Amino acid sequence: MTNDPTRPLLAVRDLGVSFTRKGAPDVRAVDGVSFDVSPGQTVGLVGESGSGKSVTSLAVMGLLPRRNVRVDGRVIFDDDDLLTLPRERMRDIRGRDMAMVFQDPMTSLNPVVPIGVQVTEVIERHQQLSGDAADKAAAELLDRVGIPDPTRRLREYPHQLSGGMRQRALIAMALACRPRLLIADEPTTALDVTIQAQILELLKELVHDSGAALIMITHDLGVVAGLCDTVHVMYSGRVVEGAQRRELFARPRHPYTGGLLASVPRLDAARGTPLHPIPGSPTDVLAWPSGCAFAPRCHHRVDACTDGPPPLENIGGRSLRCVNPLPTTEEVPA
Amino acid sequence: MTAQPSAAGADPVPTGRDQREIDPDDVLLSVRGLQVHFPIRRGILVERQVGAVKAVDGVDLAVPRGSTVGLVGESGCGKTTFGRAVLRLVEPTGGTVTFDGTDLRELDAEQMRRQRRQMQMVFQDPMASLDPRQSVESVLTEPLRAHDIGGDHRARVRELLDVVGLPASAASRYPHEFSGGQRQRVGIARAIALEPQLIVADEPVSALDVSIQAQVVNLLEQLQDRLGLTYLVIAHDLAVVRHIADVVAVMYLGGLVEQAPSDELYATPLHPYTRALMSAVPIPDPDVEESRERILLTGDLPSPAAPPSGCRFHTRCPFRQETRCDDERPALREIRPGHTVACHWAEDIEAGRIAPRESAVVEPDVSTA
Repeated sequence: MTNDPTRPLLAVRDLGVSFTRKGAPDVRAVDGVSFDVSPGQTVGLVGESGSGKSVTSLAVMGLLPRRNVRVDGRVIFDDDDLLTLPRERMRDIRGRDMAMVFQDPMTSLNPVVPIGVQVTEVIERHQQLSGDAADKAAAELLDRVGIPDPTRRLREYPHQLSGGMRQRALIAMALACRPRLLIADEPTTALDVTIQAQILELLKELVHDSGAALIMITHDLGVVAGLCDTVHVMYSGRVVEGAQRRELFARPRHPYTGGLLASVPRLDAARGTPLHPIPGSPTDVLAWPSGCAFAPRCHHRVDACTDGPPPLENIGGRSLRCVNPLPTTEEVPA
Repeated sequence: MTAQPSAAGADPVPTGRDQREIDPDDVLLSVRGLQVHFPIRRGILVERQVGAVKAVDGVDLAVPRGSTVGLVGESGCGKTTFGRAVLRLVEPTGGTVTFDGTDLRELDAEQMRRQRRQMQMVFQDPMASLDPRQSVESVLTEPLRAHDIGGDHRARVRELLDVVGLPASAASRYPHEFSGGQRQRVGIARAIALEPQLIVADEPVSALDVSIQAQVVNLLEQLQDRLGLTYLVIAHDLAVVRHIADVVAVMYLGGLVEQAPSDELYATPLHPYTRALMSAVPIPDPDVEESRERILLTGDLPSPAAPPSGCRFHTRCPFRQETRCDDERPALREIRPGHTVACHWAEDIEAGRIAPRESAVVEPDVSTA
């Protein structure tokens, strides 16, 4: 492994994804997304539905369908550009060096195949173990993610496991080959809060122990606040702001980030604290080429916002795509 | 694009709400010992009942007029069934529901239908609860027709749309033409069309995008101030419930475990489940996230068909004691004025005489600072 600590493990540069269809204009789902993930780092991608966060992760993993999809830009992992790798090479990397956990464990597990077969499949494919050795490794994995009585569970089918248990099994599969990069796409959204807390704690611990880097994709700012080193906020297919976690939460500069923080009710806020919603809905977007997509909903809008697409600029360790950012001194309304 | 930003943005700038006058003794909805048991039947020719899923098992709840009572709990705790049983959308198998002095379980079907004019429901998923082939105008006039309310229906529709912050042009549109937040506004307009006294809102914002949730929460609050509505808000999101409710009741596996005024519950949660639930809710603030202690629960929710003996939470409780917990079901006791809790050891836990098992507590994480 070529682990130069100063070099990112994953470098995404100008990633774009277009969905094409005959007779209709292309849909640009992701555009100009760039970010780095250093070894062992936890990076958050935050956005609402339609912001392009899941498509970004699928593009990085090479999991988008080939038909009617155009992916451009570069995704550098180690020394390879994943977007140009032959399919076979990509298959070796996926599952071994990078793995993914999806939102809904019921749809990402095969319902008619026992858990054990699904877990050992990964081990057999990438680690050349088989038979009893693979079974033993699978039981150890389930044990490590906190599933009690793992040998019995291996014989069971997904529907016999609870939601939290299924998500643990998926995490076990993802971590089977000790990947250096784990992408978790809304891994706790389908779960209850007390189970979510268990899973987040587990992810934190496993990532810490194995030294893997983690990309956490979520709509929940609370999840990001406790977990990620750096956070990128996406809106309508582009990153609008990215910063160190503390910086971002203490001093949001993009009006969308600030608006999100002000609109979420906080458990620790006194009752009667007003919520400041963002007007409109995520579908009220402007096409990026004609200006900032968030402009129609933005309370900080100026005329320059609709003059053309704002560039992603680097200001004091923070990336920001805004022509009229919130002032640094402004306190976020809690 | 169907959404007009100006329409949804019509909300006035929200300020803190004024304290409303609520008389805790003027109870609009009173529920006593409510039970909803779903029978489990076995057998081919002769069906026998072999058990029951005790979805709601003896819940008492009082909702004072003009107030908001929040009911929180995780999936499978019976909160939705409770809300539906209150409106008799599922038939309770035991207990009483008294609405404004009327015992609802005594009413026949027609009387109950008439009674529902006073009690309406807002559902979680507006896409599923609105008929896709029905225009908004038809959605909003249907309750008026069903209850033989005369007058100018078109004018009433315009008025309703205005109240929920939608343009008058929305009347001729269909549900798919709206965004999620706007659809939920239509659902709310339908619920208030009959000027009910009580609205049961089951997860009113959880299907919406984060940036939209606050719009709907604010709308519900404005409508309450304007129309004097009483709300029973059922939700899994403790932060939303704490924001909107005067009193919060926490439900676990078919029963209430704790009930208190919203601020009090947050400041001093007494039941171990409430404590675990609160510590699990993520807060969008890195400093808070790093400094707080988390109580992690082990295992999953037991089956409501075979609930644990004694305290239903004892199988997962980090404070579980050798005695009483597993054989004696704790009743709700009033420990402070207005604050009731169903735990044998609540006083000892509060005073710190009983500590949670160490394995259940995750200390604040300082390494990542």
